[in-house]
Amino acid sequence: MVKQRRLINLIVYIVLIAGSFIMLGPLAWTLSTSLKSQKHVFDIPPQWVPDPITWLNYKDVWNKAPLLFGFMNSAIVVVSVLSVGLFVAAMAAYSFSKFDFPFKEGIFLALLGTMMIPYSVVMIPQYIGFSELGWVDTLLPLIIPGMFGNIVTIFFFRQFMQGSIPNDLIDAAKIDGCGYFRTFSTVALPIIKPAIAAQAALGFMGIWNDFLGPLIYLHTPERQTIQVLIASMQSNYISTSNYPSLMAASIIALLPVVIVFFFAQRYFIESLAITGIKG
Amino acid sequence: MKNKTPGYRRKEIIWSLLFIAPPILGFLIFSLTPLITSFGLSFMSWDMFTPAKFTGTENFQYMFADEKFYKSLFNTVFLLLGVPIGMMISMMLAILMNRSLKGISIFRTIYYIPVISPIIAVSLLWQWLLNFDYGIINEFIWNIFGIQGPNWLGDSNWVKPSFIIMGLWGGVGGNMVLYLAGLQGIPSSYYEAAQVDGASRWHQFKHITLPLLSPIHFYVVVMGVIGTFQSFSQMYILAADGGPEYSGATIVYYIFQEAFKYFNMGYASAVAWVLGILIFILTLFQFRISKRWVYQD
Repeated sequence: MVKQRRLINLIVYIVLIAGSFIMLGPLAWTLSTSLKSQKHVFDIPPQWVPDPITWLNYKDVWNKAPLLFGFMNSAIVVVSVLSVGLFVAAMAAYSFSKFDFPFKEGIFLALLGTMMIPYSVVMIPQYIGFSELGWVDTLLPLIIPGMFGNIVTIFFFRQFMQGSIPNDLIDAAKIDGCGYFRTFSTVALPIIKPAIAAQAALGFMGIWNDFLGPLIYLHTPERQTIQVLIASMQSNYISTSNYPSLMAASIIALLPVVIVFFFAQRYFIESLAITGIKG
Repeated sequence: MKNKTPGYRRKEIIWSLLFIAPPILGFLIFSLTPLITSFGLSFMSWDMFTPAKFTGTENFQYMFADEKFYKSLFNTVFLLLGVPIGMMISMMLAILMNRSLKGISIFRTIYYIPVISPIIAVSLLWQWLLNFDYGIINEFIWNIFGIQGPNWLGDSNWVKPSFIIMGLWGGVGGNMVLYLAGLQGIPSSYYEAAQVDGASRWHQFKHITLPLLSPIHFYVVVMGVIGTFQSFSQMYILAADGGPEYSGATIVYYIFQEAFKYFNMGYASAVAWVLGILIFILTLFQFRISKRWVYQD
């Protein structure tokens, strides 16, 4: 019995390790290519460990494309959307989970219904509206809509609040003379901190990796987000077959996300699992 | 009636409504209004520079006669093949990982990295991997099978399979985590009882694991279909102008081109509405039939 179990474990390990090669191989190959000189890229047989290693490709793309602007623009969108959007979503979720008011279920369902509307349907009128306001080629069309709270986040917070904030606690605060807003900010908000962290991690990833929205609004290179800049690499900054530089650009785009992921891994996987089951 | 509402209760209602005001405003401004506008636009012809013209159902007539529309629709439906394949792989991975082995969480992280990677970077790196002459994948195919690999992104028959392979690489880790959570929710006593009754591993899988995971299957299918119908970024990078013979364009790509390359705002809105209705019908249909196969406890 024990022997059989050991054998199964061994097979599981082997399969998972083989899978890991498939998962990490493309990334490793990208990294390797980005450290090669143009001369050695097409070497046959392919060299996994570049010899010599060169950082020139990174310098090359960094000098040719305004990547620092790209990072800053992406960061501005992420920080402003998350700081206001998460707060607003928490407020709404607090109201939906702890209070009773007319048409509560109906309003919540209507908001949930927006999840069914594909972005491409609202994208065109939104673009027309924002261009009337003169907001095309600014970050505002990417920031402002996000500040009104995202329904998935509200849903997630509501589930969390229903289970974690006792009604007695709210009543006690009320008796102590705490107003509605103060009860929310001093009692409810600290309790849902883990949920906020989870949604911040998930939100960061979604906004940072977003492409279609930034692509239609941002035209001046210095105003583009990092994804749009990287996507226009081949057409604007480097030649199509310059794979080392292209891969260096990919690594530059990948790195911040991977770093955040390693630090906030727990939140990513937990919140994904929670939204998955309850959704 | 109003006078009978006590003061504290009225105050509570006012505060509750204030708290939900921002998302409601957001809903009205950024969802409902655009939705209605888009519907109106789909019966018009407008390039954003000259005045809009009401053209009745002309946009729809044009759409149903346009070869590019059918091609992009077919391509999108073809990509749905990735959904069941991805489900099987991610479920198998989850079953393998659902045991207390040393270092199992490292594997979970490794399989999850492609999921969080930006799709633009991922598309660029696959462009290199799938390169016809120098790509590492064709190099492998040559070394192992001794045959020349396909011209992945340059051959109209291989563009869509390329997208599916890429999608699997980037997606199985996410669904695997969902399946893992589902597996951990199955009480081990079910398996113990089955073992006492002499059920084989295959029977345990078929009669316990598979049905108890059905809420996860359902979620993965619904989200997979919606996601596939909205795929765009990888096509933008890997299939410039729709790829060879428009074989790599999806509906969203088609809408994007019509709206932001040719500025046919009315026509693009009409196509977007057709896409929206398609997604709605498909999702509704899945919820309907889910009652027959999704296990609820």
